[in-house]
Amino acid sequence: MYQTTYHRPATLDEAIKLGSNDEAKYLSGGQTLIPTMKQRLASPESLVDLSGLSELQGIRADGGSLSIGAGMTHADVASSAQVREMIPALADLAGGIGDPHVRNMGTLGGSVANNDPSADYPAAVLALNATIYTNKREISADSFFNGLFETVLEEGEIITRISFPVPSKANYQKFDSPASRYALVGVFAARTDGNCRVAVTGAGNDGVFRMEAAEGALSASWSADSVGKNRPDPDDMIVDLHGTGEYRAHLVNVLAKRAVTAA
Amino acid sequence: MTTIAMQVNGKEVTADVEDRTLLVQYIRESLGLTGTHVGCDTSQCGACVVHVDGKAVKSCTMLAAQAAGKTITTIEGIADGDTLDPIQVAFHENHGLQCGFCTPGMIMATKDMIARHGTDLDEKTIRSELEGNICRCTGYHNIVKSIQAAASAMAAAE
Ligand SMILES: Cc1cc2nc3c(=O)[nH]c(=O)nc-3n(C[C@H](O)[C@H](O)[C@H](O)COP(=O)(O)OP(=O)(O)OC[C@H]3O[C@@H](n4cnc5c(N)ncnc54)[C@H](O)[C@@H]3O)c2cc1C
Ligand code: FES
Ligand code: FES
Repeated sequence: MYQTTYHRPATLDEAIKLGSNDEAKYLSGGQTLIPTMKQRLASPESLVDLSGLSELQGIRADGGSLSIGAGMTHADVASSAQVREMIPALADLAGGIGDPHVRNMGTLGGSVANNDPSADYPAAVLALNATIYTNKREISADSFFNGLFETVLEEGEIITRISFPVPSKANYQKFDSPASRYALVGVFAARTDGNCRVAVTGAGNDGVFRMEAAEGALSASWSADSVGKNRPDPDDMIVDLHGTGEYRAHLVNVLAKRAVTAA
Repeated sequence: MTTIAMQVNGKEVTADVEDRTLLVQYIRESLGLTGTHVGCDTSQCGACVVHVDGKAVKSCTMLAAQAAGKTITTIEGIADGDTLDPIQVAFHENHGLQCGFCTPGMIMATKDMIARHGTDLDEKTIRSELEGNICRCTGYHNIVKSIQAAASAMAAAE
């Protein structure tokens, strides 16, 4: 790892001051950033640790939504009685990320900001039509993700909380790579106020996406039959040693049906 | 350089470290506690697992500076003098190790697992909880057996 300077600010203002330049990077759980720095694929001159910021903590009900601090770990979300009661599919998703030690450090905000094409949380954010709150604005899920490892976050912008509308039905199906435990394909299906949304991670060569073709039929009738033969174009899928585009497109269809049935 | 202070195995320690120092480097190289191992470069093997404020984490994927102000427990800190922790006893008695390289991480992971799930552990739970700990020798069978034995011994002692 290259040299870096570590800061742990106590306030959001101080963090933004330290983080608003292109040589700095925010550090949350470090479960993506530190491995990347160890491989020398990232070499920020300074690291601004967000773990001391109270604005990024806590899980609470907020009207018809569940508001989760960006600094909450995957273990916090998986074990929260409130998440379990309001959106059990989200607790299950968090409990299926990586392994127990990664879950004790990795955070919601880090995962969503990183937008890895195989990460789990982006599928939940998109399918549940969540709102991403930052230090300066609110961003809807549909306009937040911007291709592989890209989001609309600007330099120095910090995700503070994410607010998830509570669905009447929801389920996440993950077909994980037995080596890395990342999703080879993951499908999150949700029905909220009669509206259905299905989001797919792990598969798209442009990152997380919605399976809009199936959503209309699902809104009319929530059943695996409504998914029918719908599947994405194999040419738009990630192709790697784990699977071809054809294989991933097929998995998307199968997992979407399973998610709808299980929800 | 940053001056960091933390509690390791019950003792207060302070040191000046480079900001890029990993917690595992600090534990092994500065404190000389070489029971915590480094088995990979990719945050996958779990040989480096220690407890930070009571939670199992991979010490190769955390900076020493991030651990400042916190309480750390390593494999050296779990026995009570000459009396081994029941998990250590169970691994010993059930042949839960061969070369022993993964063992410190396995034992620290087990301590965390039992703290969260209690002593009533079935095989499926144990195997899925071991997702982040890789063993090249045993085929896991005796590790699972050791963990079950440790959990039973701890339940009996309660
Ligand atoms: C062995 C292993 C297995 C894993 N398996 C999975 C898996 O199955 N599924 C999965 O989804 N993930 C998996 N991960 C990734 C893990 O979930 C990470 O925790 C997560 O991707 C990043 O969260 P973090 O808090 O660790 O972020 P960090 O690594 O600290 O940061 C990641 C990026 O986000 C930025 N950032 C962090 N917080 C904020 C914020 N609040 N606002 C703005 N920017 C921010 C950072 O600057 C950095 O660029 C795995 C990781 C490991 C090491
Ligand atoms: S050395 Fe930490 S996970 Fe392998
Ligand atoms: S006993 Fe050798 S790696 Fe596990």
